[in-house]
Amino acid sequence: MEENRRYLTKLDSEIGDGDHGTNMHRGFQAALERLDGADPGSPADALKAVSMALISKVGGAAGPLYGTAFLRASTALQGKDEISAEDAAEALEAALGGIKQRGKAEVGDKTIVDALAPAAEAAKGAAGEPDASVAGVFRAAAEAAEEGVESTVPLTARRGRASYLGARAAGHQDPGATSTYYLLDAAARSLEGSS
Amino acid sequence: MVGLVLVSHSPQIAEGTAELVQQMAGEVALTAVGGDAGGSFGTDPERIQAAIEDLDTDEVLVFMDLGSAVLSAETVLEMLSSEQREKVRLVDAPFVEGAFAAGVVASAGSDADECVEAAMEARTESKLHAE
Repeated sequence: MEENRRYLTKLDSEIGDGDHGTNMHRGFQAALERLDGADPGSPADALKAVSMALISKVGGAAGPLYGTAFLRASTALQGKDEISAEDAAEALEAALGGIKQRGKAEVGDKTIVDALAPAAEAAKGAAGEPDASVAGVFRAAAEAAEEGVESTVPLTARRGRASYLGARAAGHQDPGATSTYYLLDAAARSLEGSS
Repeated sequence: MVGLVLVSHSPQIAEGTAELVQQMAGEVALTAVGGDAGGSFGTDPERIQAAIEDLDTDEVLVFMDLGSAVLSAETVLEMLSSEQREKVRLVDAPFVEGAFAAGVVASAGSDADECVEAAMEARTESKLHAE
């Protein structure tokens, strides 16, 4: 979020209110501070801490949306100390369910869902492979999300500020889908580095 | 008793609407929550939650202006205890007109159902009454 703050804000200036990069950066800074300050006892606790930081600090619609996604992922991993590839795919599926419910969006609405839905699908596929790993699940999710981001370019927005622009939003890449790709890619890179 | 929480992206809109309702409706428990945590345009789930929890009324109606105000309010609803959630309703009505109508009805001692109904009527009530 730090590296891509300006780019996200540039995308958001074209069809949104031009604060997505700043908001996401502030939210994830707060998430890092929460994680540094308290020692989360489990993956579910860590995801919940991130969720609360995003809900209270992001400011725009992305706060409640990503906050809900992390909260649902946390609930999906409740009681688990170690995460399997299958668990990771289920957490992504739960996150997607939360975003769709909160944002009332489906694939094709030019939102986060356009990146996260194919990502969750790809994650499920990768988790079913014989040599499945959590890193592999996130890599597959990130790759599918990247394609999902590109699919938003020609779309007309049906949610958020951009929906008021009608056809004028077509031709612009969706900032929310883009930040979803960055999150999944960061998770994949971090897991690949640590394994 | 019914209390109102007014959630707007703008502190001025939230506070101005609260003032207007209080001025015209009289005695009504009401809290304005405008802007994000940093005082800029946006919404702040933490303050929305605090406003709902701090209102000492049997029922709470939440009015929201645009986009993230609705998402934030819905997220807060999910975070409340089930006991608190039961007394809260998000109202699908125009912000100023809806809050105003609900405030007037609430100050007359009506229950939440009647306040919501009044607010919903504000959605279709014509202003110019032109045929």
